[in-house]
Amino acid sequence: MTCTEFLQLLDDLIDESVSAPIRSEIEQHIRCCEHCEVVFNTTRKTIEIYRSNEIYDLTPELRERLHAAIMARCRGCR
Amino acid sequence: MSTIQSIAGQNEQHPDIALVERVRAGDVSAYDELVRKYERQIFRIAQHITQNREDAEDVMQDAFLKAYEKLDQFQGNAKFYTWLVRIAVNESLMRLRKRRSGKMVSIDEDLKTEEGSVPRDFADWAPNPEQNYNQSELAGILRKTIQGLPHGFRVVFALRDVEGLSTEETAETLGLSVPAVKSRLLRARLQLRERLSRYFKRKTGPVTPSGIDGVLAPQKGN
Ligand SMILES: [Zn+2]
Repeated sequence: MTCTEFLQLLDDLIDESVSAPIRSEIEQHIRCCEHCEVVFNTTRKTIEIYRSNEIYDLTPELRERLHAAIMARCRGCR
Repeated sequence: MSTIQSIAGQNEQHPDIALVERVRAGDVSAYDELVRKYERQIFRIAQHITQNREDAEDVMQDAFLKAYEKLDQFQGNAKFYTWLVRIAVNESLMRLRKRRSGKMVSIDEDLKTEEGSVPRDFADWAPNPEQNYNQSELAGILRKTIQGLPHGFRVVFALRDVEGLSTEETAETLGLSVPAVKSRLLRARLQLRERLSRYFKRKTGPVTPSGIDGVLAPQKGN
């Protein structure tokens, strides 16, 4: 497997949708290619960090205010 | 009677469907529950697309109101959440267009760049590198980094990787083909990785003469 082929399979690998034989080929490539190993680990970490950190925080106060406004408008439209 | 029960059992109805039915029957408090359940996600999606807090607040209100008004058009066999997301995405794009004074906003713009389609930075990251920053520093880094992505990559990443839509649902919501979503997702992930590497890569020991002083003061996080 080449690095380009690895890159084409990266998303499937991250999303865990590769077949067992392909997975073992990938693992073999990663064992002897430090660059692809880093790309794989850091890409996975990138997604994990974005998933587990709130970057657009809805504070409880803002949430309550918006919530009340939404419900008032909904009640008013029927 | 037994037939009805077995059909309901087979389909494993999503709890949202029961709430939607209650709203349709005139129970507004059931809609209150749906709003509470999804307001954070809808707000985030609106922020990702409009990149403007005020707009995101307006979009969130308008999207929930529109969903309420159009609830009769909601098909019970679809997921309420993805239906709601589609409304929020459309509202966000309309808001963005307004802000850019009538200029058409399409999720296809800005995609000609080849930047980031091939990884260049192969430095490994520190273990748990996010812990080297406090919560607000980290949020700032993550915001700045994702805001630098082309619009059409950012939206795909936000829906697929942050909000947990499937590739198919993301494609349907944005009116894109599945291969288009896949290619944008890969490039979005790689570009974010590349840009975050600046902050998260493992700090190596001092190599320049000016770094000699640093030997006595080990670097943070190592
Ligand atoms: Zn490789």
